[in-house]
Amino acid sequence: MSDDMARIARQFIEAIPHSRELGMKVTEIGNAMAEITMAYDKRFIGDPKTGVIHGGAVSALMDTCCGAAVMAHPSGPSATATIDLRIDYMRPATPGQSITARAECYNVTRSVAFVRATAMDEDTDRPVATATGAFTMQNGDTAKGFLK
Amino acid sequence: MKVEPVQVIKQRRDAALKVLVEGVPYAQFLGIQFDRRGDELTAILPFTEKLIGNPLLPAIHGGVTAAFLEMTAIVELSWAMIWNDVESGALATDDLSIENFPKLPKTIDFTVDYLRSGLPRDAYARARVNRSGRRYASVHVEAWQDNRTRLFAQATGHFLMPQRDE
Repeated sequence: MSDDMARIARQFIEAIPHSRELGMKVTEIGNAMAEITMAYDKRFIGDPKTGVIHGGAVSALMDTCCGAAVMAHPSGPSATATIDLRIDYMRPATPGQSITARAECYNVTRSVAFVRATAMDEDTDRPVATATGAFTMQNGDTAKGFLK
Repeated sequence: MKVEPVQVIKQRRDAALKVLVEGVPYAQFLGIQFDRRGDELTAILPFTEKLIGNPLLPAIHGGVTAAFLEMTAIVELSWAMIWNDVESGALATDDLSIENFPKLPKTIDFTVDYLRSGLPRDAYARARVNRSGRRYASVHVEAWQDNRTRLFAQATGHFLMPQRDE
């Protein structure tokens, strides 16, 4: 993916109202993979006793990152939507640390994209959560993906 | 046995539910509310612009849907967990806050099935605890918008139950 396309992809993802609301930043994108970071925010707390971020906020990050990886696939889909997404929570994210998700769209058919992702905080040796999902692949002539 | 006036019981139930929902910042961030009829809970997600994931359709963000369903599952499971103590009065609700609230279940895994795109309308969800043991629980959630029979998403999650003596 050219720098120009990466810039467009970044703007596209960061313009999604809910992704913007969660403060997501695209740190890497291209070649069927994406990396997105979300800073720690007290509004996203799920357990006030510990200050740990809610699983739902991690899900939102994973879903966005997986969708971005699909859109960054070289086949250039025009749009995508989640069919199914499974998240496994390995451990609570450390309060105060940002969470980074890395997704890879490892296989596509004409109409389905298969994606896996990992979420980490600053301790990159121990994942916070992993995800696997299936996404739709839409290949319209108008509004082509990041590559066309 | 003394029969408690219905208002007293209702007040206790509503106080416990209020702490459970309003004490969680992320539930407040998404604007999730809960409607209670007896022990039955319905989660409500009023539509706002900030929930949008696809501005062209427009559609609710898949992550919002996942978060809404997961929140519904945890609240339902926690509600079922504390119900007997709220009824008996063993869980005092007078000075109850999220700080002295019983520990909440933790999500092990959560799988969301997206059936149709979430429209820019209010969404509703109900969860059913299929199995709740001493350590693990399995919960199913259904979410809909205008028609109860036309689900826009459903999910199943497994949860680790808090240990009572912890």
